[in-house]
Amino acid sequence: MSLWEFANPVKFMALSGKVLPWVIALAVLTLVPGMVWGFFFTPEAVNFGNSVKIIYIHVPSAMMAINIWAMMLVTSLIWIVRRHHVSVRAAKAAALIGVTMTVIALITGAIWGEPMWGTYWAWDPRLTSFLILFLFYLGYMALWAAIEDPDTAADLTSVLCIVGSVFALLSRYAVNFWNQGLHQGASLSVDKEEHVADVYYLPLLLCIAGFVLLFVALVLIRTRTELRLVRLHRLEIRERMKDA
Amino acid sequence: MLELGKYEGAILSSWGVTIALLAALVFVTWRRSVAVKRALETAEKRASDNG
Repeated sequence: MSLWEFANPVKFMALSGKVLPWVIALAVLTLVPGMVWGFFFTPEAVNFGNSVKIIYIHVPSAMMAINIWAMMLVTSLIWIVRRHHVSVRAAKAAALIGVTMTVIALITGAIWGEPMWGTYWAWDPRLTSFLILFLFYLGYMALWAAIEDPDTAADLTSVLCIVGSVFALLSRYAVNFWNQGLHQGASLSVDKEEHVADVYYLPLLLCIAGFVLLFVALVLIRTRTELRLVRLHRLEIRERMKDA
Repeated sequence: MLELGKYEGAILSSWGVTIALLAALVFVTWRRSVAVKRALETAEKRASDNG
């Protein structure tokens, strides 16, 4: 069996329909305990006090904001190269989730920044590239809404997605590239020496898993809705042609 | 009761905004999914009735 078989909307609908209840259950089973653990059962940090509890929502949402754009890039490239409708509809379906994650990361970052840095906002490389990523998300959704022909909209939004990927990359590596600004480096790393202490790390991992699974569940539901809309649109056109 | 100290405002507002936005996202996704599914079923029934 080839992965490309799932580019067939009928096969995608059948498989996603079977997988979806399990993904939803797993999302609930990771996100709720992760958030409860992080909020209620973690100690104060030496440098951050109790404000460290914001890490359980800020870090996962920021990671998702960048990675959702990366997923949109891959699916947009598949559309450009192989013209698979399911892939570009998945990119469209992911955009609202991505913009929500970006807004959460920006707001929680600003609220956390005030007690830590003495300001809600600074034109720091990571914060600025994140703000631009947010604007790219808005532009991507506006472009889909503004163009009536779905294939033209898919082409143009895919190109926009490729351009915006520069800022998604900058959002991730801005701290390393410029080595300046207020924002700290990564809280998590493959190198165990670099990430936060285990008492914060384990609930953080659970929250990240929860955010990822929530994204998968939502993007499956939204992609299924997009594919139904395509079918609905075709039926309406056929009906109008019959009436004419 | 959980004691959050001097960061209480920052913590509660961050978590409040996050939970509200995630709940809104789930609700919007679910509502649109149900509405489109229903509209498609109606359109398919109409199409099959009309041959």
